[in-house]
Amino acid sequence: MSKSIRNRLLIIAGMIALAVFYLFPRTITIRERGPDGAMSDVQIRRIPLKLGLDLQGGMHLGLELDQSVKVSADPANDLQLALTVIRKRTNEFGVAEPLVQQQGAHRIVVELAGISDPARAKAIVQKAAFLEFKITDKTGSLERAIPAMDRALQQLGISAAAGSQPSASSAVQQLLGADTTAAVDSTAPVVGGVLSGLIQPASIAGGGAPGEYMIPETAFVRVASLFRIPAVARLIPRGYEIKFANAPTSVGVDSYRFLYVVEDRPIITGSALTDATAQLDPMTQGAIVVFELDRAGGRRFGTETQRHVGDFMAILLDDRVQGRPPVIQSRIDRRGQITLGNRSLQEAQDLALTLKAGALPVPLRIVEERQVGPSLGADAIRAGVIAAIVGTLFVIAIMIGYYRVSGMLAVLALFLYMLFSLGGLAALDATLTLPGLAGLVLSIGIAVDANVLIFERIREELALGKTVRLSVDEGFRHAMSAIVDSNVTTAITGLFLYQFGTGPVQGFAVTLVLGIAASMITAIFVTRTFFLVWLERKPAMQTLSI
Amino acid sequence: MRFFVNAKFDFIGRRRPAYIGTAIFMVLGLVITVVRGLNYSVEFTGGTLMQIHSQAPIDVGAVRTGLADQGITGAEIQTFGNDQELVIRARVAVEGSDADNTQVTSAAVAAALDGVLGAGSYDVVRTEAVGPKVGGELRSQAFFAIMLSFLAVLAYLAYRFEWRFGVAAVAATAHDVIATLLFIGIMRLEISLFVVAGILSVLGYSLNDTIVIFDRIRENLRQSRRDDFVAILNRSINETLPRTILTGGTSLGTLTALAVIGGEVIRPFALVMLFGVVVGTFSSIFIASPVLLEVENKWPGADAKGVPVVKRKPQTAS
Repeated sequence: MSKSIRNRLLIIAGMIALAVFYLFPRTITIRERGPDGAMSDVQIRRIPLKLGLDLQGGMHLGLELDQSVKVSADPANDLQLALTVIRKRTNEFGVAEPLVQQQGAHRIVVELAGISDPARAKAIVQKAAFLEFKITDKTGSLERAIPAMDRALQQLGISAAAGSQPSASSAVQQLLGADTTAAVDSTAPVVGGVLSGLIQPASIAGGGAPGEYMIPETAFVRVASLFRIPAVARLIPRGYEIKFANAPTSVGVDSYRFLYVVEDRPIITGSALTDATAQLDPMTQGAIVVFELDRAGGRRFGTETQRHVGDFMAILLDDRVQGRPPVIQSRIDRRGQITLGNRSLQEAQDLALTLKAGALPVPLRIVEERQVGPSLGADAIRAGVIAAIVGTLFVIAIMIGYYRVSGMLAVLALFLYMLFSLGGLAALDATLTLPGLAGLVLSIGIAVDANVLIFERIREELALGKTVRLSVDEGFRHAMSAIVDSNVTTAITGLFLYQFGTGPVQGFAVTLVLGIAASMITAIFVTRTFFLVWLERKPAMQTLSI
Repeated sequence: MRFFVNAKFDFIGRRRPAYIGTAIFMVLGLVITVVRGLNYSVEFTGGTLMQIHSQAPIDVGAVRTGLADQGITGAEIQTFGNDQELVIRARVAVEGSDADNTQVTSAAVAAALDGVLGAGSYDVVRTEAVGPKVGGELRSQAFFAIMLSFLAVLAYLAYRFEWRFGVAAVAATAHDVIATLLFIGIMRLEISLFVVAGILSVLGYSLNDTIVIFDRIRENLRQSRRDDFVAILNRSINETLPRTILTGGTSLGTLTALAVIGGEVIRPFALVMLFGVVVGTFSSIFIASPVLLEVENKWPGADAKGVPVVKRKPQTAS
């Protein structure tokens, strides 16, 4: 065997070894959340080919800063902060290899593979997790403000809907023991007032912290929007604000929403938080989140709680009051807890997770959501693989039927082509998507075409009466320019698609360009080597099986 | 076994019937497409798509009513494969909501399905919720990518061949991309990202096919400069015909397999590619080479036979 052929075979063997090395199953460590809620590292062995979300199922989210609620002073910086927070959260979420990255100047892309509960995933990513502790109002300032608010509403032509129960409308009146004749008093209730008809102190439902009121759940949305009317918002007592509970509460057969008047200045916020864990309260068996504050936060919390012993403290998460405010019994320092009532341990874990990762600087909104169930991806793979096998068998049959022994060499080279392209995908750590598979199919066609070009050229040369060896040499030489030029132009389009495309289009471009490279190597180098070996073994060959 | 050996078809002589055929297809396709409009997927228009699988057959009418109750009107509702699988496309956001906040619409669709089918009696197989802003970005990006790649191909071909070849190749490829778009319009296929990948594949295939013939023209021009240009074109097309038939045939075979047994997801892509292979082969023969001839007739030059002239001063209008 001549030296040049041996070198060529060695190079081919080296490329095969490299491709096999990259495709060899390897151990990958992923963080998973166990049934007990603790995170643990799990090791699995698999072929290091990443499947896209469309093939393995999962969720793709595009997020942007939502400035309709809160205007960001420095959007670029806030996006970076949000990116860090989401990254922390998704790392603890328990998905293998979560992807969180910035796309363009304004967008964050989150990809979570193989998740089973998309609603929960969205909540975790999107939750602002802004935690505040605020003291409730014990001066009853809302009661005094309601009549003025109702009058303001009346002037706007808004009054209680006809048919509202008169007993409910007088609840505040009864409580204050107001004399209905004292209509000239500025604090006197307005007959038929909207707010006075809906808002009643929570004390009638038993217990009740100061500053705690309740409204029928059916009126919740309406009351919330009434408080946003500027004429009414102006009348909210200075230094206080109105917040709602995060969930309705059943009192008897009716469903009520609690409403709180709290000081607008928080005694502490979640930014001072260093740790949070979910637990079950040993007394009530309800879910709680135990948190720990940093040193400075602990000092401030201690001073404030000492000052407010006997007061009630509302815990606000994303502007909604969590549970009913507890009374401050003594000074609280660095450790505290949030009671979640009858919610699940899972929810408590998610809350602890988002609290620990920190609050989002500005709320995010989902501008793009793609979610593929694992079954759809599996179906697509199965059907696609069967079709690809049938198609490949068809190509093999034609190549061998048409080009005989030469065709067999081409088919052998085709298998190497597939090995090289898959190895290349693994080496580049590229993700295989459905459009990516399409790119692979197209490049198989290109690989076959390169062989066809060469073989047709060899046939032409043979037809001119040249010897076998000369025909093979000339065939490869002349087909080269067509192969190179056609492949380079296709690769150029592929590169542009990669540069200017997004996700799926990029996946297509990667496999296409990779496939073109692999097909040029196999057609020009591998098939040529096979021919050289063949000709060397049968130097006296007069006719070529082509 | 060999096909079309020593074929001597007069392809260039039949270019006018081919032009007319193309023109008829283009006009017909354009009329149909303009009248009915292209069917963009929610990825491009913005909107919400939900594919669900239910244990029991689904009453499409009831789902439509349920959606209307939630403020979603004009949603497309289609069964997907069988009557237990349903695809809902709501392109218009719930009235009064911020269209770029995609979650409002998906929540409304989910609420409607919970109401009609009962919560938990169905699985959401796929969701796509895209704001119109993102959709618009995607559209312009795809367009931008194709246009820029055309420019780059022009430059490469001008360097490797000659500018006339580049113009002809891009003309033929543009013809194929437009014809494929019209085919999509006629077949009412939905233009999803996957179908866009199909259009891009057509672009790649068509270029590939054209260049193979151009390569032969380049070679024949070098060998026999004195021959008539039309004869050279015809000879080059005929000489490469066995390759054209074989490569086209194997591609069609593979794509037919994908279209027939590849599943619902792959089928639109395979159909687009099937058409693309046919039109790409046609255009390499009947568009690219004739356009090369027309360009040559219009702007003949010292380098008219396609021999690259490296140092050629640009003509300045004086």
